[in-house]
Amino acid sequence: MERQGITTVAIQLLREVAQRVRPPRALWVPFAHGYPLGRPGEPLLQHAVIEAALRLLEVHTLRPPVLVDFE
Amino acid sequence: MGSMDEFSLALRLFLKAYRWRRIDPVPWTALDASLSQCRLALVSSAGFVVPGQLPFDDAVRGGDVSFRDIPSAIDVRDLIDTHRSQSFDHSGVRQDPNLAFPIDRVRELAQRGRIGSVNHRHLSFMGSITAPGRLVRDTGPAMARQLRADGVDVALLVPV
Repeated sequence: MERQGITTVAIQLLREVAQRVRPPRALWVPFAHGYPLGRPGEPLLQHAVIEAALRLLEVHTLRPPVLVDFE
Repeated sequence: MGSMDEFSLALRLFLKAYRWRRIDPVPWTALDASLSQCRLALVSSAGFVVPGQLPFDDAVRGGDVSFRDIPSAIDVRDLIDTHRSQSFDHSGVRQDPNLAFPIDRVRELAQRGRIGSVNHRHLSFMGSITAPGRLVRDTGPAMARQLRADGVDVALLVPV
C-alpha cells in the first residue's frame, strides 16, 4: 500500500513479528490475541489505541521501520 | 499481552521455525496532509464478512488469500467472524467486532473532525496465512489499487 501512495499504520500484537517483518509503522499493543484494541465494549480504550496509531502518522521525524509501544 | 505463550506447543514450534518475510527495503509514504483532510480505510485480518458474502475458506492450503469489501455503512453487529484460527479467543470480537474492525470508532473520528472522512468501503481478509506468496504478489497490490482508486490516503491495519 505504501508503494502505491497510501500511508499505513499497523496494530501489532507480537513485537517479535514486527521486528522480523518490519512494516513501515507499527504500534505494539499489550493485549492478548483476539483483543487488538483492548476490550469489547470499551470505546474509550479503543479510541486511545487508534489515536496512538494515528499519531505515528503525524511525527515527521520518524523513519522506517517504526515500532512504538502503546502506553 | 500478545505473546507466543498463548499458543499451543505445536504452533509455537511452527512459529519458531517459520521463515518470516522481511520487508526490505521498507516502503514509506509520508503523510503530507493533515489527518483532518485525509480519507481513511480499515484493513482487518480478522476474517469478517457481511451477510451474503462467502466465508473465508479454511480448506485452502497455505491460507485463503482472498479479501472482501466491507461497506462502510454496515452495522457493526452484522459483521460475521469467519476466522478459522482456534489460536485466539473469539468471544471478544463476537461480542464487539469493533475490537478488530473499529468501524464505529473511525466514524466517530470523522464526526469530530480528527480524520477527514471514512472511505465508503473497507477491506477484510483472514490472517493465519502460512504461505503468503500470493498475498504479497497479488492480493496486497489489488487491495492497494482498490483503495487508491477510492482516494484513500490512510489505511489502519488491524490484526486479531
